[in-house]
Amino acid sequence: MDPLDIARWQFGITTVYHFLMVPLTIGLGVLVASLQTAWHVTGREHYLRMTKFWGKLFLINFIMGVATGIVQEFQFGMAWSEYSRFVGDVFGAPLAMEALLAFFVESTFLGLWIFGWKRLPKAVHLACIWCASLATVFSAYFILVANSWMQHPVGTELVDGRGVMTDAWAVFTNNTALVTFPHTIFGAFAVAGAFLLGIAWFHLYKRRAAGIDTVDATGRVVVGEDTSRGRNRDKTDYRVWITSLRLGAVVALISFLGVAFSGHAQAQLMFEQQPMKMAAAEAACHDGTGFSVLSIGNLSADGATTCEDIVAVYEIPGLLSFLANDDFTTEIKGVNTLLPEYQEKYGTHLPDDPMYGERAGQEINYLPLMEVTYWGFRMMITFGGLAAFAAAVALWIVRKGTVPQRRWLSRLAVFGILAPFGANSAGWIFTEMGRQPFVVAPNPTFDGVDQVFMFTASAVSPGVSAGEMLFSLVALTSVYAVLLVVEVVLLWRYVGGGVGSAMPELNDTDDGAGQDDDVLAFAY
Amino acid sequence: MEFLPTLWFISIAVLWAGYLFLEGFDLGVGMLLGPFARSEKQRRLLINTVGPVWDGNEVWLITAAGATFAAFPHWYASLFAAMYVPLVVVLLALIFRAVAFEYRGKAETALTRRLWTLALSAGSLVIAFGVGTLLAVTTTGLPLNANGDRVGGPFAWLSWQAVLGGLAVVGFCLAQALAFLALKTDGDVRARSARLLARWAPVLLAPLAGWAVVVVAGNVRPAAVIVLAIGVAAALASWRSAARRAEGRAFLFLGLFLLASVAAIFTSAYPAVLPSTLDAAFDLTVSNASSTPYTLQLMSIVAAFGLPLVLGYQAWTYWVFRRRITEAHIPEAHAVTRIV
Ligand code: HDD
Ligand code: HEM
Ligand code: HEM
Repeated sequence: MDPLDIARWQFGITTVYHFLMVPLTIGLGVLVASLQTAWHVTGREHYLRMTKFWGKLFLINFIMGVATGIVQEFQFGMAWSEYSRFVGDVFGAPLAMEALLAFFVESTFLGLWIFGWKRLPKAVHLACIWCASLATVFSAYFILVANSWMQHPVGTELVDGRGVMTDAWAVFTNNTALVTFPHTIFGAFAVAGAFLLGIAWFHLYKRRAAGIDTVDATGRVVVGEDTSRGRNRDKTDYRVWITSLRLGAVVALISFLGVAFSGHAQAQLMFEQQPMKMAAAEAACHDGTGFSVLSIGNLSADGATTCEDIVAVYEIPGLLSFLANDDFTTEIKGVNTLLPEYQEKYGTHLPDDPMYGERAGQEINYLPLMEVTYWGFRMMITFGGLAAFAAAVALWIVRKGTVPQRRWLSRLAVFGILAPFGANSAGWIFTEMGRQPFVVAPNPTFDGVDQVFMFTASAVSPGVSAGEMLFSLVALTSVYAVLLVVEVVLLWRYVGGGVGSAMPELNDTDDGAGQDDDVLAFAY
Repeated sequence: MEFLPTLWFISIAVLWAGYLFLEGFDLGVGMLLGPFARSEKQRRLLINTVGPVWDGNEVWLITAAGATFAAFPHWYASLFAAMYVPLVVVLLALIFRAVAFEYRGKAETALTRRLWTLALSAGSLVIAFGVGTLLAVTTTGLPLNANGDRVGGPFAWLSWQAVLGGLAVVGFCLAQALAFLALKTDGDVRARSARLLARWAPVLLAPLAGWAVVVVAGNVRPAAVIVLAIGVAAALASWRSAARRAEGRAFLFLGLFLLASVAAIFTSAYPAVLPSTLDAAFDLTVSNASSTPYTLQLMSIVAAFGLPLVLGYQAWTYWVFRRRITEAHIPEAHAVTRIV
C-alpha cells in the first residue's frame, strides 16, 4: 500500500473525528457562559441548574476535543514532513499562535471554572467561563486561517523552493478565512442548538410520560412535581427543560441563517479561487447556470469520458450562477473546460523532482472524487436545512408549554442531534476533498509556476514507511472508536440523570448541611 | 551568530523547560497513582492536587511543538517524522491520560475505575519516557540524510542515550511529584512523600544529571559547565532540604536543577538543533532549519506579548488553589441516579 493513501485516510479520519467534538465545544461553551450570565444577573434558580447540567456535558465532550487535538498538532510533522518543510514558514505561525494565545487561556480558565465554584468570587468565576469559551472561538479563527491559507495561499512567495511569508496581515485577513470563520462558528452553534433541543425535548417527554406534566383542555401545560425518593423533578426542573428547548431551537434557527449567508459568500469565493471544486461540487461537465438538485450516472473521477454519462435529472436554472456570482446568467465553467486549463497551467505529470520520490512523473488527475464532492455539498445543506426546519417546527409545537406525548417525536428529536454533526463533517469532507490533488491549492490570481502551491502527493513524509503509517492508522482509529462509545455512553448516562447528575445536592435527601464548606466543588 | 534564530532556539528551550517544570509534577503524580496511593480516597486526593492545572500544563507541550513548527520547520519535520512510532505511542498515552482525568471519577464499577487509573498512571509514565527520548535524540542526533529524512528502520533512533533521556525525565517527574505532594497535601500523603523524596532523590535525579553531563562532555563550553555545576548543586540542595523537611525549598531547588540542566544541555547543543549521525554536513542547525527573519519577527512580537500573559494567569491559578488539601476535602463520590 502507498504510504500516501494511508496518510490521507489517517488525516481525514482523525480530523473529522476531532471535528465531532469541536463544534459542540465551541457552541456549548458560549451557551453555558451565557446561561451562567443569566443566572448571575437574574439570580433565578433554573439558570443555575442549566449552567451546571449543560456545563457537565460540555466538560465530558471538551476533554475528547483536547485529547484528539494533540494528534492533529503532531501529525503534520510525523506524516506530512515535506509539507511542513515547504510551508512551515507561513503555516506554523497560526498554529503556534493558536497554542500560545488560545489553548493556554482555554485550558487554564476552564480549570479555574471547574474547581473555582466556591473559591472564586462569583463575578470572577463567571469571567473564567467567558475567557475559556471565547478562547475556543479564538482558537477556531487561528486554525481556520491556517486551513484557509491552504485553500487560497496569500501573503506568500516562493523562495528557494519554499513558501515564505511576506505579508502577515494578508495571511490573517485572507478573504477565504474571513468567510470560513463565520460559517464554521455558525455551524458549531447549529450543533449546540440541536443538542439542547433534542435532550430537553427528551426530558419534557419523559415528564409527560411519567404523568408529571399534563395539558389542560386548551392544550396548555399544567406543570406538576415529583420529588419522591430524593428526585428533583420539581417545577424548576420543568423550567430548565422548556427554556433549554426554546433556546436551542432559536440558536439552531439563527445559526442556519448564518451558515446560509456565509456559505453563499464562500461559494462566490470558491467560484473564483477553486473553479474545479465548484464544478466538482455540481458534477458539471459542461458550462452552465443551473444548480443540480439530483444528478445520476457514473460520477467517477476517471476523467472526461465517464463525465459524459452524468445526467442532471432535475436542475434549478440560474441558481448555480446566483450562488457563485449573484446573477442568473453567468456561465459556470464545467469540468471539460477546466481540465485543459489546469493541465496547461500546472502540468500534466508530476515533475521529475526527487521530492516526489516514486511518484515523480505520474499523471496528475485534476478532477476530485466527484461522488464525494457532489454528495458532500448536498448532505451539508440538506442536514443543516432539515435541522433548521425541525427547530422551527419544534418551536411551534411547544408554543403551549410542553411536548406532545409521542414517543417517536421524542426519538426523532434525540436522533436529530446528529443532523448538524453530519452537516459539519460533510462540509469538511467536501472542502478538503474538493481541493485535491493539491494540498495547497494554487491561487489563480497569480500566474505561472513561481507561485506557491503543492500537490498532496509530494507532501507526505518520505522517510516514514507504509508499515509505520498503518500501525498508527489502526491504533488511532481503534482507540477513537472505543472512546467514541465511552463518550456517548457517558453523555447518555448524565442525560438520564437529569440535572441531579450535575448537582448531586439536589438529590440528597439528608441535605449536606453538615458538610465542610471547603470541600472541593466539582472534584475529579 | 544570528540573532533571531538564536532567540527562538532559546525560546524553545524555555518552552521545554516550562513544560518539564510544570507537567513534571503532574506526570509524576499520575505515575504515583497506582503504586503510591493506599486507598481510593488517596487516589482521588492525588488527582485533585493537579486537577485544576494539568491541562494548562500540557499546553506547554503543544506550544513547544507549535513553536518548533513555526520557528524551525525543518527541525519539527525531521524530528517528528523520524520518531514516528514512539510519538504515536506518546499520543495514545496523551489521549488516554487526558480522558482518564475527566472520566475516571465518573466510572461506576470498580473495574472501569481501575482501568482509568491504569490509563492515567501508565499514560503518565509513557509520556514522560517518550518526551525524554525525544529530547535526548534531538541533542545526540539521528541518522538523517541530506533531505533530513531518517535512514534506517522505524527504530533507528534507539540508542542508550535515548533510553537515558527517557529515564531522566521519568526520574525527575517522580521526584518533582513527591516534592509537590509534600507541599500540597497534609496527613499521611504528605509525610510519606517527604520521606520517599528524602530517601530516593539521588536515584531519581541521577539520570537527568547523567544525561546533562553526557551532552556537556560532548561539547565542552565554559558556560554550559558552569550552569551544569549550578544544577548539580541545586540537586544536592534539594535532597538536603527534603531530608530536613523544608518542603518549599526542596521543590524550588528541584526546579532550579531542571532549569539548569535544560540550559546546560541546550547551550552545549547550540547551534545544532538536530545533528545527523551520518554526516555532519546534514546537521540541522539554528541557521539552516529556521524560518525566515520575517516570520521569526512576527512570532517574537506575539511571544513577547503572549508569554508574560500566560505566566501571569497561570501563576494566578496556582495562587487561587494554593491551599493544602487533605483527604477530608475530597467529597464522597456520587453515582449518577437515573431519573428517566
Ligand atoms: C473550528 C474549529 C477547530 C478546527 C477546525 C480544529 N480545531 Fe483543534 N480545537 C478546537 C477548534 C478547532 C477547539 C474548540 O478550540 C478545541 C476543542 C476542545 C478544546 O480543548 O479546544 C481544540 C483542541 C485542540 C487541541 C488541544 C488543545 C488543548 O489541549 O487545550 C489541539 C492541539 C488542536 N485542537 C489542534 C488542531 C489542529 C492542528 C487542527 C487542524 C488540523 C485542528 N485542531 C482543527
Ligand atoms: C482546519 C481543520 C481541518 C479540517 C476539519 C480538515 C478536514 C479534512 C478532511 C475531512 C479530510 C478528508 C479528505 C480526504 O481524505 O481526502 C482532510 C484531508 C486532508 N487534509 Fe484537511 N482539514 C483541516 C485542516 C487541514 C490542515 C491544517 C492541513 C494541513 C496539512 C490539512 C491537510 C489535509 C491533508 C494532507 C489531507 C489528506 C489528503 C486527502 O486525502 O485529501 N487539513 N482534511
Ligand atoms: C445554505 C446552506 C449552506 C451553504 C450555501 C454552504 C456553503 C458552503 C461552501 C461553499 C463550502 C465550501 C467552502 C470552500 O471549500 O471554499 C462550505 C463548507 C463547509 N460547510 Fe457549509 N454551507 C451551507 C450549510 C452548512 C451547514 C448547515 C453546516 C453545518 C451545520 C455547514 C458546515 C460547513 C463546514 C464545517 C464546512 C467546511 C469548512 C469551511 O470551509 O467553512 N454548512 N459550505
